[in-house]
Amino acid sequence: MAVDILMPALSPTMEEGTLAKWLKGEGDKVEAGDVIAEIETDKATMEVEAVDEGTLAKILIPEGTEGVKVNAVIAVLTEDGEDAGSVSVSTEAEVEKVTPVAEPEVLEAQAASDAPAGPILTNPDIPEGTTYTKTVLRDALRDAMAEEMRRDETVFVMGEEVAEYQGAYKVTRELLQEFGARRVVDTPITEHGFAGLGVGAAFGGLRPIVEFMTFNFAMQAIDHIINSAAKTLYMSGGQMGCPIVFRGPNAAAARVGAQHSQDYAAWYGHVPGLKVVAPWDAASAKALLKSAIRDPNPVVFLEHELLYGLEFDVPDLEDYTLPIGKAAVIREGTDVTLVGYSRMVGFSMEAADKLAEQGISAEVIDLRSIRPLDMETIIESVKKTNRLVTAEEGWKHMGVGGEIAAGVTEHAFDYLDAPPLRVTQKDVPLPYAGNLEALSLPSADDVVAAAKAVCEGM
Amino acid sequence: MAKAATPKRRSSPKLKKDEALKFYRDMLLIRRFEERAGQLYGMGKIAGFCHLYIGQEAVVTGMQACLKEGDQVITGYRDHGHMLACDMDPRGVMAELTGREGGYSRGKGGSMHMFSREKNFFGGHGIVGAQVPLGTGLAFSNKYLGKDNVSLAYFGDGAANQGQVYEAFNMASLWDLPVVYVIENNMYAMGTSVERHASETELFKRGISFEIEGEEVDGMDVYAVKKAGEKAVKHARSGKGPYILEMKTYRYRGHSMSDPAKYRKREEVDDIRSHNDPIDGLKGQIIEQGIASEEDLKAIDKEIRAIVKDAADFSIESPEPDPSELWTDVLLPVEA
Repeated sequence: MAVDILMPALSPTMEEGTLAKWLKGEGDKVEAGDVIAEIETDKATMEVEAVDEGTLAKILIPEGTEGVKVNAVIAVLTEDGEDAGSVSVSTEAEVEKVTPVAEPEVLEAQAASDAPAGPILTNPDIPEGTTYTKTVLRDALRDAMAEEMRRDETVFVMGEEVAEYQGAYKVTRELLQEFGARRVVDTPITEHGFAGLGVGAAFGGLRPIVEFMTFNFAMQAIDHIINSAAKTLYMSGGQMGCPIVFRGPNAAAARVGAQHSQDYAAWYGHVPGLKVVAPWDAASAKALLKSAIRDPNPVVFLEHELLYGLEFDVPDLEDYTLPIGKAAVIREGTDVTLVGYSRMVGFSMEAADKLAEQGISAEVIDLRSIRPLDMETIIESVKKTNRLVTAEEGWKHMGVGGEIAAGVTEHAFDYLDAPPLRVTQKDVPLPYAGNLEALSLPSADDVVAAAKAVCEGM
Repeated sequence: MAKAATPKRRSSPKLKKDEALKFYRDMLLIRRFEERAGQLYGMGKIAGFCHLYIGQEAVVTGMQACLKEGDQVITGYRDHGHMLACDMDPRGVMAELTGREGGYSRGKGGSMHMFSREKNFFGGHGIVGAQVPLGTGLAFSNKYLGKDNVSLAYFGDGAANQGQVYEAFNMASLWDLPVVYVIENNMYAMGTSVERHASETELFKRGISFEIEGEEVDGMDVYAVKKAGEKAVKHARSGKGPYILEMKTYRYRGHSMSDPAKYRKREEVDDIRSHNDPIDGLKGQIIEQGIASEEDLKAIDKEIRAIVKDAADFSIESPEPDPSELWTDVLLPVEA
């Protein structure tokens, strides 16, 4: 019986890839374990091994094909004695028939954070007539680092796999080639140690960018982030500035379980002496990372793995920065204010579209910075809409939404027509099972439901 | 009972007068300063945690003699001696202990958190072992910037059990960073003796698996410290990477001012005090070699007492920080 060979996934978040090379040809004998092809994504390259033995009867996806969906049939293997000629399929038809491997719930959630079609026009400083280039978030972050490293010799990047491997999530891709091993430093797996070393280097006159493979691992280093980086300026009466950026992916990825899926915005947002940034789109992420690198204070820069591959319009400006501590109204509305950061901004935008269909006009605020928190922009908006929904991937208890709701109640109580609602992750460690994970994480539909609830009786 | 460094007969070669007297003066300043700090603590003028350096003076005094302009020093919370050795102003240090405006951190740091960029003293860190990666980072910056400066990272026998110490050792050796790790083994991690807290009590061997050379030093003899320090600093400065010095030393006072002193016998302290004191030892050598007379040394004692009294007076007269200081130094302004 013929066996379908499927396009494999290289990582939990991969949806498609390039079939780079066939190492076996049609008619070749194949044994289990033989390498038959090479596939690539923007993050990695992997060999495809045969699981069964037989004859490679038909190659359905020619080498060099890009955008091959995970689980697409890429070739057909026949068992010995089977007639290869009996296998005939149309390549094009097969590619179209492909169904993705991930759980439907997860896919829906991912689709919801798709990037918008046009530029997110939020900064009046962008001159009219500025052109834009479609850039994925990971490349925008890389460009920000590269630009700042060209500008300032004391800026360097260190972390696990940032150099030779080109970044665990390819955010530091090609930095080693341009800046060399002195300024792009692979560290041992030793978060506590290299975070402390980075802080010491900042005290010594450098501007380190410390990459954590994910912020989950930064819990090993949180003592240095808080006790050494955030507090020393104060404890020294202003002598010991610590210009350092701690950056890396934060919050949930896809199906990696509780220890690898946590949103730390509220944790770091709690600490005076730190700045905390959590951008959504590539343009603001690039501009904010440049500001973070130039900032004389320690900055925790929270990225999102599920946004790394999304494409956004980034302005073609030589040196575009945004101020840390300033939120942006990225969609204007009159009935309800939706406030989110990082991936929840995408969900809020999607929710706003859905709400518009139901006659509710939502204003969307991209928080961008968790600390300083731009309460002014939020309060201005709530004074107009009289209703507030916050959205975060962290837990509700002691979370960012609670802080925003408290601030709004304190400063704009009389403007509120309904109690503020918070959309958050459920109050459980993130489960692995696809259906449970989807139930646990906040979605665009959750934002829609919360917005409708605060607008009830409007 | 912990076994302290064996008293040795100090038969060093002919001492240089200036250096011998400087060592005497510097160690005595630390001793008298700390005694006064203890007194001010008892009077309620100094609050919180206060860890005195009495007994360990030869370590910082000898090591400081090995440094040159631009070399950095960083340590943990038993830091008053290090600051005085770095030539920081006793007034500013004492006023920080009393939490006053005239303190090095304008009263916002306290005993465990003091710094002087001007004197290249980088703290003063209250989390046990944190200064080891930080000091390694200072060394990283020296190498990165092409400076031939060395950083000294001091830590105690207790901190020597922290995981981050070994994370730092690994990177320092891997990247040949110019750092000297000075372990001040005063025999007790708070109240737990080395034998009770360390599986390998010879702490200078703790770098072996990272290929870091180390040696044991009589930390009660300022000349032995200097000799070992010069070798270690030269090693680090010449690009050969880190070096470990284990200073066998002893603190006469408790871990902090609130130490119940139940974990060691009074006789143990008295024995070291009377037979192996770093200041008495040097004094004996100075007199034996005819470098200075008892009278000369008494004059120095008097001078030191005056400096310390002045520092204490200043620390009490200096006002408490202005309430507006509560809100300053949280963040630096961003340049436009």
